Amino acid sequence: MLVYTLKRLVLAVVVAVTVSFISFMILNLSGDPAAALAGADATPEEIRFIREKYGLDRPILVQYADWARRAVAGDFGESPYFNQPVKDLIGGRIGVTMTLGVCAFVFAICLAIPLGVIAAIRPNTWIDRLALTISVLGQAMPNFFTGLLLIIVLGVMLRLLPISGSSTWKHFIMPAIALGYYAVPSLMRLTRTGMLEVLSSDYIRTARAKGLRSFPVLFKHALRNAIIPMVSLAFVQFGYMLGGAFVIEIVFAVQGVGFLAVRSIERTDLPVVQAIVLLFSAIYVLMTLFSDLLNAFLDPRIRAK
Amino acid sequence: MENASLSPFKEIDFPTPGQMVRRQMLRHWGFMFGGIVLVLIVALALLAPVLAPHDPYHQDLSRRVINPIWHEDGTWEHPLGTDNLGRDYLSRLMYGARISLLIGVAAMLIAGVIGTTMGVAAGYFGGRVDMVINAIITTRLALPIMLVALAVVALVGGSLEIVILVLGLMIWNRFALVMRASTQQLRSMDYVSAAKAAGCSTLRILLTEVLPNILNNLIVVATLEVTRAILIEAALSFLGMGVQPPLPSWGLMVSEAKEFMLFSPWMITIPGMAIFILVLSINLLGDGIRDVTAPESR
Repeated sequence: MLVYTLKRLVLAVVVAVTVSFISFMILNLSGDPAAALAGADATPEEIRFIREKYGLDRPILVQYADWARRAVAGDFGESPYFNQPVKDLIGGRIGVTMTLGVCAFVFAICLAIPLGVIAAIRPNTWIDRLALTISVLGQAMPNFFTGLLLIIVLGVMLRLLPISGSSTWKHFIMPAIALGYYAVPSLMRLTRTGMLEVLSSDYIRTARAKGLRSFPVLFKHALRNAIIPMVSLAFVQFGYMLGGAFVIEIVFAVQGVGFLAVRSIERTDLPVVQAIVLLFSAIYVLMTLFSDLLNAFLDPRIRAK
Repeated sequence: MENASLSPFKEIDFPTPGQMVRRQMLRHWGFMFGGIVLVLIVALALLAPVLAPHDPYHQDLSRRVINPIWHEDGTWEHPLGTDNLGRDYLSRLMYGARISLLIGVAAMLIAGVIGTTMGVAAGYFGGRVDMVINAIITTRLALPIMLVALAVVALVGGSLEIVILVLGLMIWNRFALVMRASTQQLRSMDYVSAAKAAGCSTLRILLTEVLPNILNNLIVVATLEVTRAILIEAALSFLGMGVQPPLPSWGLMVSEAKEFMLFSPWMITIPGMAIFILVLSINLLGDGIRDVTAPESR
């Protein structure tokens, strides 16, 4: 387990560094950052001044090395727009994004697992079909459209929930649904397949033959085993979800990191964008690492490979 | 005729594999429904210049925000109403289908070429090649793709070509993963060994032995990726950093309608539903192909 963990850790660090390098290159070479910062009607002198002020006249590799060295120490530079350290800007908003992510995730789990279990208990019946239909329909909805529909129905027509902002818990309900439902289909299908497999196994038959009522059989014996592959997918889905949260944050004006990212892209506030891209990659890498280690912990066969 | 009637097998119908697949497809509800809807949308998109009642770019400020036909004050002149600049919504919707379809298919093709090449190479050669390509795939997965796409399109400047290129260069990961796994299964097949023994070149083996046998999976992934590209384009355009106005991208139409959400929610629901129906039809088609050609991978 220790060797496996170390191997995974090294791989995770390598991936994180590579991703940071690639995203730095993509963002810096996609245009002229100095000209973008200076604005559309800047004179060549102003652009040159900005280029020198932010060190954008140095070779790109030197810029990356400098940025990476500071990033390791937790310093992501200053935002030219806010004149504030990027670290503080993100630090003040990460809580909101995490809250949204966790709420969305809880919503997805609470919907996906029961649906998957029901579909597995009664395969190929109308309940199973309904669950499948929900998942097929859900996958075809663009999440910003789901968000806007929720606003129109729950916010504007029924006036049940506030439509924008992030100040109370009520503000998180609609964004969490709009963000979370996208993870439902994959989680549900995995629960269904896992349950189907477990339910046809010998120990379930034994438990039933012993005369156990079906409820404890389902939840104590079957679900616990069916859920193991779910746990690792869940981690990855969570990382993935945070990466897509910014669309929802914009729709509902949730003041999180994603909201900051989009506004910073609009303002070509590159230091902020770079830091946020790195943050989301790091979260994704961490989640995959957790999921791999958890899988290896639960299933010794993976470790041996 | 008389000869034929002597045959004991006359009444038994031996379908070829192709016929069997076709029959199953005709009986597959999702495949047929998705297929018909998709054909309709493609027809509307292609025939937009003939069928569209108005010029999708023509602004008429005296006809702003006319309600669609199911409202009391709707008119048949603008069955789906007009937007805030007085442009006919139905015409914009029809031309918008072209943008979604073009971006979806073009980005899928770019991603397909990149991903399939990488996946087949990794799966066939294995060893060090596999390791390197696997590392590239892992790195790509760790990039927050939507955010990077958004930033690149914003920095380079949004246009149809840029959006297609950026999406194509980013969504190849599923192609690579699926093609890698499929090729790995084929690598040790007897007919591949036979081709090797017969002295076929590697390229020839890949093109004539491997590729035809992973084609089914390739098509299923391709349908998935078309919808992924369409959904991402819609989101980028919705955020104002994809296709630029006045092009009638559906995502852009939703974005432009946001401020009229309170009084004219139909301005959001019409293009939103259009995206939903298009993506749904392609997904159903893809699911149908998968169910019929590779039911075990369900």
